[in-house]
Amino acid sequence: MTKQAEKPIIDPFEAALGVSDVKGRSPWEHAWHRLLKNRAAIYSAYIMAGMLVLVMLGPLVVSWESDFTDWDYTSAAPSLESGHWFGTDAVGRDILVRTLEGGRISLLVGLVATIVSLVIGVTYGAVAGYYGGNTDRIMMRIVDIIYALPFMFFVILLMVVFGRHIVLIFVAIGAVNWLDMARIVRGQTLSLKNMEFIEAARACGVPPWGIIRRHIIPNLLGIVIVYVTLTIPQVILVESFLSFLGLGVQEPMSSWGALVSDGAQDMESAPWTLIAPALFLTVTLYCFNYIGDGLRDALDPKDRL
Amino acid sequence: MSLLAVRNLDVNFDTPDGEVHAVTKLNFSISAGDALGIVGESGSGKTQTMMAVMGLLAENGHASGQALFKGHDLLQMDTAELNHHRGKEIAMIFQDPMTSLNPYLSIEKQMVEVVMHHQGLSKAEARAHALEMLSAVRIPDPERRIRQYPHEYSGGMRQRVMVAMGLVCEPDLLIADEPTTALDVTVQAQICQLMSELRRKSNTAIILITHDLGVVAGLCDKVLVMYAGHPVECGSVEQIYYRPRHPYTKGLLDSVPRLDQPEEKGLHAIPGNPPNLLSLPRGCRFRERCPKAFADCVEAPPMSVDSEGHAYRCFLDEPA
Amino acid sequence: MLRHSLRRLLGLIPTLLMLITVAFFMMRVAPGGPFDSEKSLPPEIEANLNAKYHLDDPLLKQYFHYLGQVAVLDFGPSFQYKDWTVNELIAQGFPVSMTVGVLAMSLAFIVGTLLGIAAALRQNTRIDYSLMGVAMLGISIPNFVIAPILILVLAVYAGWLPAGGWDGGFASMVLPVLTLALPATAYIARLTRGSMIEVLHSNFIRTARAKGLPESVVIRRHALRPVLLPVISFMGPAMAGMISGSVVIERIFSIPGLGSYFVQGALNRDYTLVMGVVILYGVLIILLNFVVDLIYAWLNPKIRYDETS
Repeated sequence: MTKQAEKPIIDPFEAALGVSDVKGRSPWEHAWHRLLKNRAAIYSAYIMAGMLVLVMLGPLVVSWESDFTDWDYTSAAPSLESGHWFGTDAVGRDILVRTLEGGRISLLVGLVATIVSLVIGVTYGAVAGYYGGNTDRIMMRIVDIIYALPFMFFVILLMVVFGRHIVLIFVAIGAVNWLDMARIVRGQTLSLKNMEFIEAARACGVPPWGIIRRHIIPNLLGIVIVYVTLTIPQVILVESFLSFLGLGVQEPMSSWGALVSDGAQDMESAPWTLIAPALFLTVTLYCFNYIGDGLRDALDPKDRL
Repeated sequence: MSLLAVRNLDVNFDTPDGEVHAVTKLNFSISAGDALGIVGESGSGKTQTMMAVMGLLAENGHASGQALFKGHDLLQMDTAELNHHRGKEIAMIFQDPMTSLNPYLSIEKQMVEVVMHHQGLSKAEARAHALEMLSAVRIPDPERRIRQYPHEYSGGMRQRVMVAMGLVCEPDLLIADEPTTALDVTVQAQICQLMSELRRKSNTAIILITHDLGVVAGLCDKVLVMYAGHPVECGSVEQIYYRPRHPYTKGLLDSVPRLDQPEEKGLHAIPGNPPNLLSLPRGCRFRERCPKAFADCVEAPPMSVDSEGHAYRCFLDEPA
Repeated sequence: MLRHSLRRLLGLIPTLLMLITVAFFMMRVAPGGPFDSEKSLPPEIEANLNAKYHLDDPLLKQYFHYLGQVAVLDFGPSFQYKDWTVNELIAQGFPVSMTVGVLAMSLAFIVGTLLGIAAALRQNTRIDYSLMGVAMLGISIPNFVIAPILILVLAVYAGWLPAGGWDGGFASMVLPVLTLALPATAYIARLTRGSMIEVLHSNFIRTARAKGLPESVVIRRHALRPVLLPVISFMGPAMAGMISGSVVIERIFSIPGLGSYFVQGALNRDYTLVMGVVILYGVLIILLNFVVDLIYAWLNPKIRYDETS
């Protein structure tokens, strides 16, 4: 945080703060303080940290293997005695381990696909916004056109057409999710590029790419952080949606969406097979959304009163 | 009896950094047909005073004290009661004409609704009344213009509409919050002229909030000077302009550029900044910037009144 | 206004063309064809089939052939459902999907805006916090999680509603419509609340209050229109989201809509069916965005007048 504070950050919140900037806190410090006051966001962050630890280390601790079929307990209800705390599925696999391992995939997809969309979106948006003029017009027209396409259908087509490999899931989801990011980044860049310090850099002969990298991207950081946090749950949702339809990750790998799909089929006889992955998935999405919301309020206090 | 009497008004705001004391212990009154100017730097509490009177404070603001309008305390009223007075007997014009009109409704709708609501007139009667008012503020071709939307008006024209809208119900009191600040100088003069004309015609009392001493001199008979939420001086225009008693008022007057003074005298800015309203200094609030401050000033000076009714908050018993 | 609309309509053509092109080539670059699964087909029959459906022509020729067909709204025969044309399949599935979609959209719009306004008017009270907490949950719970839970509770345990199937009756619509409407309702509620709070702090609302108008009039006459503008803009993306959602909903509730056909078609490489559905939905989204634009312009005098002058 302190390192960021030394940079010449042009941000809307400095102006919006009015009277309270007497103590000379940097915008990032202000944002940090506001974030700490947002209890929903902070609790969500703790829960997510817990979730990460659970998903990473849980499968190592729980004594069952995810593909081990316990024929003594098929479709067994959750119980402490059997050792299957969350019950088992129709072929006797432990729900807890499967849910935790499914979580690894879901979170991994969330992260990787978000990075893909981040790289595409920021680059595209920054370039369009920075060059402006006709370049901008054509680039944004393309975004508009893609916006109008039923993108979920394209993800489904991609999956069907190119097979259901996990890498493809990353790419497919990331490749259709960059539009919002591109729009936002482009808008910010457009307003940034007329600021004096950018003019100064240009006057000093810094090449365009250098200006984008050294000046524009650091100043976009706040808004990008917010949208990254909000993109992660979206991506997780899309992946689980695909897996639910049977188009996502394939056996023996699993994700929360695939587990919910399995669970939904057995839910009348064994509702626990649905509840555990559904709960993990929902809590994750819920927390990410709250964190994103909190970050947005903290970094952009325009509508806070 | 005075038309509006403000007694011991305090306005505070709860903010994440603490309580902001926007107005402290403010007293003033205005009689029917009078014109009072409230002058001060931004942040001196002049606008918030009027917001409190109108019941328009932000959610985190509270007002205490009294604001007696024709003997009834506005601060004690709920919204429904306030609405019997707002718009009908007290009208307010805001600082920024560009955003103070609803961009989604035609001027006609915005003007007619006030008349219909407060005077119970039919739509046609209300419209006729609105047209009359628009002509009075010299909007050309009101028949055509009334059907237009705010974005089709220039800034000065919009402020005229605001004036017309404020006066359409013939209120007893018009509060104008920096009505000319956002406008260029020639338009400023027109709006001021318009207000004083209308005041004479319909005996409407005016409270003019401004930081522009020139505007006050042209329009008002009495002036109240505020500093950091405190009233520091109050008197007639002559008293304030020719015999200021408070060093702050003197400083304000010196900072006005004047054509009749030799250029080398230059402009006198008041050094320093107003105090932080979160933690006000003890004693006189102007102490830290005052060229004449002395030991006594660490105690808060009381409001003194001289034989001519000229009130000032300073220990010094001499013209500033 | 009219000229503006016409110009916008013409602007839709490249989008449409792009949609068809992308869908077409994506389907065709894929390895495998529609008749792969029927392994036992003798080569000459497969060749005949390919010839019948023009699959042996060069790709570009196929593309232009297809464009010509689409131009006269003929999506060709389905590869999978042998005796059906895509047009017939669409004519069957579309009304069902449309019914669910329109009902869900109306529900989301009405309930969402009302809840959002209610929350904004009670900003930072317990009502506001709980409404927004529920709304966040509505955004976070995926369709395919809420649907089984609703089925389990309302259909299996309580027995009030059918668990699935479609007879066009009210009871069979309740669960699918509710499930489909939920995320959009939640999003609209949050959007409306934010928009309302922003508008209520704007200067022209202060003016309206200073005029002594009752708060109800201030909100209805002065605030409602600007509050609804962002909600109106959201209707386009909301529709797209619902179309995606309907794929899952139709599957869970066994509804014979377009979404089911699409998934089946995609899995079976039924090129013509998939293309037909994609194009139809693409057109729908494009047209809806167009209508949304028009409503937006109609609500916003600034746009309305800029165009005529």
